[in-house]
Amino acid sequence: MNWLETLRTASDAVRAHRLRSRLTMLGIVIGISSVVLTVGLGQGAQNKVRDQIDALGSNLLIVSPGSSTGSGGVRGGFGSASTLTLDDAAAIADEKVAPDVARVAATTSTTTSLTVDTTNWTTRIVGTTPTWQRVRARTLESGRFFTQAEVNSAANVVVLGPDTASELFGRGDPVGRTVTANGTSLTVVGVLAESGASSDDASEDDVAVVPVTTGQRMSGATSNAVSTVYVEATSAGSLSAAYQEVQAALLTAHGVSAADADFSIATQDALLETANSTNRTMTILLGGLAAISLLVGGIGVMNIMLVSVTERIREIGLRKALGATPSAIRRQFLLEASLLGLAGGVIGALIGVAGARVLPSLIDQPVSVSVPAITAALGVALGIGVGFGVYPASRAARLTPIDALRSE
Amino acid sequence: MTAPVISLDGVRKTYATGSLSVEALRGIDIRIDPGEYVAIVGPSGSGKSTLMHILGCLDVPTAGTYALAGRDVSDLAETDLARIRNEEIGFVFQQFNLLPDLTALRNVALPLVYAGVAGHDREQRARRALERVGLADRAAHRPGELSGGQQQRVAVARALVTEPSMILADEPTGNLDSVSSADVLALFRELHDAGRTIVLITHEHEVAAQADRIITILDGQVEALDRRSAS
Repeated sequence: MNWLETLRTASDAVRAHRLRSRLTMLGIVIGISSVVLTVGLGQGAQNKVRDQIDALGSNLLIVSPGSSTGSGGVRGGFGSASTLTLDDAAAIADEKVAPDVARVAATTSTTTSLTVDTTNWTTRIVGTTPTWQRVRARTLESGRFFTQAEVNSAANVVVLGPDTASELFGRGDPVGRTVTANGTSLTVVGVLAESGASSDDASEDDVAVVPVTTGQRMSGATSNAVSTVYVEATSAGSLSAAYQEVQAALLTAHGVSAADADFSIATQDALLETANSTNRTMTILLGGLAAISLLVGGIGVMNIMLVSVTERIREIGLRKALGATPSAIRRQFLLEASLLGLAGGVIGALIGVAGARVLPSLIDQPVSVSVPAITAALGVALGIGVGFGVYPASRAARLTPIDALRSE
Repeated sequence: MTAPVISLDGVRKTYATGSLSVEALRGIDIRIDPGEYVAIVGPSGSGKSTLMHILGCLDVPTAGTYALAGRDVSDLAETDLARIRNEEIGFVFQQFNLLPDLTALRNVALPLVYAGVAGHDREQRARRALERVGLADRAAHRPGELSGGQQQRVAVARALVTEPSMILADEPTGNLDSVSSADVLALFRELHDAGRTIVLITHEHEVAAQADRIITILDGQVEALDRRSAS
């Protein structure tokens, strides 16, 4: 009896017991669809983080005040500490000190409400220098970026992110208009184009960029403290050299040893790695739960197949009497279990893909479903069918035709 | 001289259940020639069923030899027995044993599936077998849509389809009313007239009387071999 005939026999049996086949498949369907979804969620989250980090610019080092120590404590609070200043940024920008550094942009960041006429909108105010535009790889949709002269004179100018502009001005062109922040009137000189980050991530597009000096004056800051210094290396190859140079320059400027560093330098890769390790933990956790449901589904298949063997004992006896060899019977039942597994897998994958389309609009999380993930899921489903079908199939094969025929 | 279809020589069968061992067959010698129509009769407990299992290659004897169509099948392995059953024996059971989900045609074709006959050829042969038993017009019906007598005729068609050395019928009329019984027995007679070897196992003497020769089994032994002379 060839495989094609066996396949036909097996699919006949699956179709003959429709309800039972569907219930058997249910466990596999749930398991596979949740595996596809959880893996898709994990991948989606990773892609989102990667997009965000890529959108920061290229060949970037991100210098933050404070530093985490090996023992888990934090030396000088992140962000709040005044250990990083405009002078530090100037030191790094010195070509003699750090030849592999192309550009430096120091930034301060505060959250303030902007007002235009009766409209107001709360956003992030970033104080920085003109280099920011290049370092962060941003282009302008209209107008211009502010100049070094405007930084030097703490001019009341602002460049708005595209989302901020549309919130405050609707469709009109904001260039030349005035917004009020903390009682300071700022003239809009330009509007940024959308960042490359994924469309649902608005934080890079909802921003108001002002000269760092203007920002300090507005927030009433007395020190030169900045919250982040973005450093662009001359090329991807010189990133690690730039890292060493920046570190050395800052240690010298602060007069501390590496062990007492009051700042930390991160690369985009390091940021990505940190974010991904969190995602990975979640994916493994959820994937583990899904795997357990698959296991339960597999046991369900075995259970039903055992019942099926008992129920069809006369059929098995008859087939044997008519010349079916034990291996032909084993093949028939194994194929039947595999069919149930595979059909459950296909349905589960379809539900998973459908869920991946619907879910992002419900929970605001991207879900990316990849072909390898689906192929693997189908393979697992088939494997479960085969794996959990072996025992019932060999029980069927071992039945003697007399005992099988005799049963009523 | 042609070789006998069936040649049993000192066949014994002992069942061991725990410490108790039961001797179901105690030395049976039977010879059935090609084209014979033989009934094997005996009351329940006589060993008749055990004999049927051995004749049908569903079981092997504990001692003695059994040659089927000239081949010793006394101690073949399970897989070889399956092939012998497929090629040499056409079974007809009391319970019909048709698969309820398959059409009559596919039920008849089932032994050919295990014989490895290709799909098209298989269908043609199954159709011819159904014609042979007068049910060509019921090919697409499922067993549930057929009467008992029709179901048993489908089962006979299934037994014929592989052109076996013998048809082994185990109480073929046990589940039928008298009209259907007569119908099925007439079919056997027809097949016998066409040259088939038929072995009929029954406990009903009226059924056995249809055969040309009756072998009576009692307490695991052949009681009498008698040419049918009465009536």
